[in-house]
Amino acid sequence: MEPKDGGRVTLAEILAGVIVAALNAYVLLAGADFGGGVWDLFARGPRARAQRELVVQAIGPVWEANHVWLILALVLLFTCFPPVFAQLSIRLHIPFALALIGIVLRGSAFAFRSYGGQRDEVQQRWGGVFAGASIVTPLLLGMAVGAVAAGAVGEGGTGKGEGFVTLYVLPWVSPFAISVGVFALVCFAFLAAVYLTLETTDRALQEDFRRRGLVAGVAVMVTGIVALALSRGGAEAVQRGLLGAPWSLPLHVLTGAAAVGALVGLWRRQWRWARIAAAGEVSLILWGWALGQYPYLIPPDFTIEGSAAPLITLGLAMGAIVLGGAVLFPSLYYLFHVFKGRASEV
Amino acid sequence: MFPPMPDLLAARSQMGVSLGFHILFAIVGMGMPVLMVLAERRWLATGDEIYHELAQRWGKGTAILFAVGAVSGTVLSFELGLLWPGFMRLAGAVIGMPFSLEGFAFFTEAIFLGIYLYGWGRISRRAHLFAGVLVAVSGALSGIFVVIANAWMNTPTGFEVVGGVITHVDPIAAMANPAAFAQTLHMLLAAYAATGLAVAGIHAYMLLRDSTNAFHRRALSIALLVGGPAAVLQPISGDLAARQVARYQPAKLAAMEAVFETERGAPLVLGGWPDLDARTTRYAIRIPYGLSLLAYHDPHAEIRGLDAIPRDQWPNVPAVHWSFQFMVALGTYMAVVVLWAGWVLRSRGRREGGRVLAENRRLMWALVVATPMGFLATEAGWMTTELGRQPWVIYGILRTRDAVTPMPGLIVPFVAFTLLYCFLGVIVAWLLYRQIVRSPTVPEQLWRVVRTGEWSRKTGDA
Repeated sequence: MEPKDGGRVTLAEILAGVIVAALNAYVLLAGADFGGGVWDLFARGPRARAQRELVVQAIGPVWEANHVWLILALVLLFTCFPPVFAQLSIRLHIPFALALIGIVLRGSAFAFRSYGGQRDEVQQRWGGVFAGASIVTPLLLGMAVGAVAAGAVGEGGTGKGEGFVTLYVLPWVSPFAISVGVFALVCFAFLAAVYLTLETTDRALQEDFRRRGLVAGVAVMVTGIVALALSRGGAEAVQRGLLGAPWSLPLHVLTGAAAVGALVGLWRRQWRWARIAAAGEVSLILWGWALGQYPYLIPPDFTIEGSAAPLITLGLAMGAIVLGGAVLFPSLYYLFHVFKGRASEV
Repeated sequence: MFPPMPDLLAARSQMGVSLGFHILFAIVGMGMPVLMVLAERRWLATGDEIYHELAQRWGKGTAILFAVGAVSGTVLSFELGLLWPGFMRLAGAVIGMPFSLEGFAFFTEAIFLGIYLYGWGRISRRAHLFAGVLVAVSGALSGIFVVIANAWMNTPTGFEVVGGVITHVDPIAAMANPAAFAQTLHMLLAAYAATGLAVAGIHAYMLLRDSTNAFHRRALSIALLVGGPAAVLQPISGDLAARQVARYQPAKLAAMEAVFETERGAPLVLGGWPDLDARTTRYAIRIPYGLSLLAYHDPHAEIRGLDAIPRDQWPNVPAVHWSFQFMVALGTYMAVVVLWAGWVLRSRGRREGGRVLAENRRLMWALVVATPMGFLATEAGWMTTELGRQPWVIYGILRTRDAVTPMPGLIVPFVAFTLLYCFLGVIVAWLLYRQIVRSPTVPEQLWRVVRTGEWSRKTGDA
């Protein structure tokens, strides 16, 4: 995080950074699982069935663990920044509730499809629910992020005023918020396509997802530029942060390089490079948003320092993160080693 | 469009439905891994393939239930804010700690469940068994942390209120609140008793159709091994919890026991109709000195009645009283059936014990009847503690009505989530039914075992 006025980085800032890091992991891992649902929906051609099976096989062992990053970010948010959690929950009730329905349907449908029998109609029905929920959920979560970035969720933000629609609907259905939702969905689909090239040794399937990855990679750029353009009217504070800060030029250069690198990696069939570059690109975009609205958690009035819990709570949360991390990271390494090691080594 | 429903009632109903739905999957998620691990350990120890099959089949059922539990748990963690932002704003810094720890415990559980379910044959047998043990341990820890947070709502500690603002926050003292130990113990035992006896009941039903079935005999013995001790210990932990409630939550105890007048040597009130206007419980059986004896282990101890509580701070007395009595009745039945099974089994070896149990048709029917009881008792106990705390969300500190979100129209999410959960409940029930009763793989698998000659060699009693 950016130290303020040359001062020391505070514990609250570190914890805010941990929350963004957890969201980062959620985007890279669960995001790709959502993206898998997109490619389930768009499975086409002679290998449609094989494409769907690859998605199921790639997601199966890890989706629940990947999903927990969101819960972790959430519980850390309400432990360390309770007023922020309360404010987000009140003003973004509708998109969160809808996203939750999506999360429930998607997870259940996936489990039902995996264990509900092999008959085609069963597979199709749950496959449809799975794919539909995989698209709606990222869209809504992205719209919620857009609403926060636009400053429409804060008390003194653009969403101030009276009336149900003004308070609870307009903040997250602005053109900017919608553009962020679409952008998130496209990013997730892009990540999934790139990762899936490494999940199989079947050349033809790799080519299928290479083509999808290239299309999605270009779509990421296009929707990203649209969102940035709309931020002119929608999220000026973040835009100022994104464009005006001393770190903004290096960040943009790096993001652009990663974006190009991912496409070049896909084009030249260097799947591992493409994966690293794609994950880097999406992570840099997320951190760009986070840094862009620093020192606010919810612009324009909830700052990191102003919303933080008492120091003792923050210290204990930090201790829990260190201890939990000591258990978590070796376990995660083992999980991915067991299920993801094999395909990528071939 | 909708019949009018106050927002507070809608929010409470939605929270109740969400918790009532999730708690079933949460306790199965705590109990089933223990059963799977025990089956797998016996497979490794004896080489008996039926235990291997058992661990895998239980694993499939658990996978469905865990997935639904994981996503419905996510809904709850969001709903804390979506429905009760006033609670989270006030309490987050004090009681967020166990939720954060639960986050990590749940994470570990999800990771190792993935390894357990998809790792058959991919990792060594010992590593696989160890993954199962980690699922069971982290599952229990998840439950413990969440119930600690709930216990804090009942007996809040670890802060001071100065001029309506919470200060002197001490999250460790909050976790060590007076209700924490009794409540977590009671919940943990409930999870094992409910899961163990539900599985035992299902396999008892199958044994009623074919008492020689080696698969179901083994399943029954493991299920009783997990559920039995928990069901017998549960009344003792219940006594501990009730004495703690008597001391720290007098309004809840008075409602549970339908005590209207403060008195020494209070009787135990069984059943009956609490008449709030007449301030008495009609048509009840009264056991003299019973309540004082149970609550304080002293026949002359004073029990504070509802007359000591301002009328606007009474919980819903009939609902709490009946939930509590229902829970106790179910728990008693479960403990008695397990003791009966223990009597039937007395000093028999494992192999002969399986036969003696399976051939006792009355006991098998008694176990079948107990199948849903652990879950019903858990729901009733949850209703008791939650309804019994009303009108408070943090006992004595924050009223539920002051914690609810200002967003109007809460009937809409209530109806939406209720329909969603009904839909999921029906599908899960259907899938489990298919898995248990109609799955064609069982006879085929058994047949294979018979064919390789392992049947007679390993089981000896077919």
